[in-house]
Amino acid sequence: MSGLLGKKIGMTSIFDANGKNLPVTVIEAGPCVVTQIRTIEKDGYEAVQMAFADKKEKNTSKALIGHFAKAGATPKRKVAEFTRFEKKKSFGEIITVEVFMEGEFIDVVGISKGKGFQGVVKRHGFKGVGDATHGQHNRLRAPGSVGASSYPARVFKGMRMAGRMGNDRVKLINLQIIKIIPEKNLLLVKGAVPGPKNGFLKIERWN
Amino acid sequence: MSKNAFIQYVEDQVAVKELPTFKPGDTITVTYKIIEGNKERLQKFQGVVLQRVGSGPTATFTVRKISNNVGVERIFPVSSPFIEEIEVNKLGRVRRARIFYLRNLRGKKARIKEARR
Repeated sequence: MSGLLGKKIGMTSIFDANGKNLPVTVIEAGPCVVTQIRTIEKDGYEAVQMAFADKKEKNTSKALIGHFAKAGATPKRKVAEFTRFEKKKSFGEIITVEVFMEGEFIDVVGISKGKGFQGVVKRHGFKGVGDATHGQHNRLRAPGSVGASSYPARVFKGMRMAGRMGNDRVKLINLQIIKIIPEKNLLLVKGAVPGPKNGFLKIERWN
Repeated sequence: MSKNAFIQYVEDQVAVKELPTFKPGDTITVTYKIIEGNKERLQKFQGVVLQRVGSGPTATFTVRKISNNVGVERIFPVSSPFIEEIEVNKLGRVRRARIFYLRNLRGKKARIKEARR
């Protein structure tokens, strides 16, 4: 596997070689610093820890400043671990978008936009109850029955109901890389990715 | 809202062809490439510009014509590599940016006054 941390910039569209108009998301990916190498001997598992996006030293705890300084890096906003890295990465190494190739398929992990408290129609795709007319009253977007009566005499766990929607960790798999612009650390991925603009993303390639 | 600098950078990489300036109400002829199998030919689409949407290389415009008594509309992206040439035939004087009212008009009523620009 190889991976990177990035930030969603926004969407636009570009034409490919066949003249097809493709929707793309622009991601600012890397450069990331390897801030720690997890090993089986020491940590019980293997992983590469990476950090991305500068932050003010003033807003960083002394413990973290020390952690980043050890890798020869300035304080960073986002830290994440990547398991089973294909190439051995050394401590303090800087990883750029060039770990990926144009045309490759990647997975993108992000935190989806929070939608607040939503009903079952929006949250779970229910159709609502009945008609708008024919004597129906205020049942248009209602969930309907949540179960039977004296048996089981309770509502089953996991019954889909209204509640908080969004703000979840979402992973989209097999998104194609349309273009890489190394001089600006940009990655153009076909289609949409989870989360708001400026949201942090974890980009992974498994093969 | 101004565009993000990175998005601007990506869009600046798209080669924008030099097109003549035209506005809604103008009559234009768009010559565009059609690829059938591995054959390539040119086709012309002449009609009235209904609207121009968007900015930069992702902008589009809509052209409407009446073909065999049926209204036909086509949306072209301005930076489409298939557009070969655009010719402005007539300048029209209209009072709005989106002249959708033209869809409900037929025959003599669907005429647009010519403008002196």
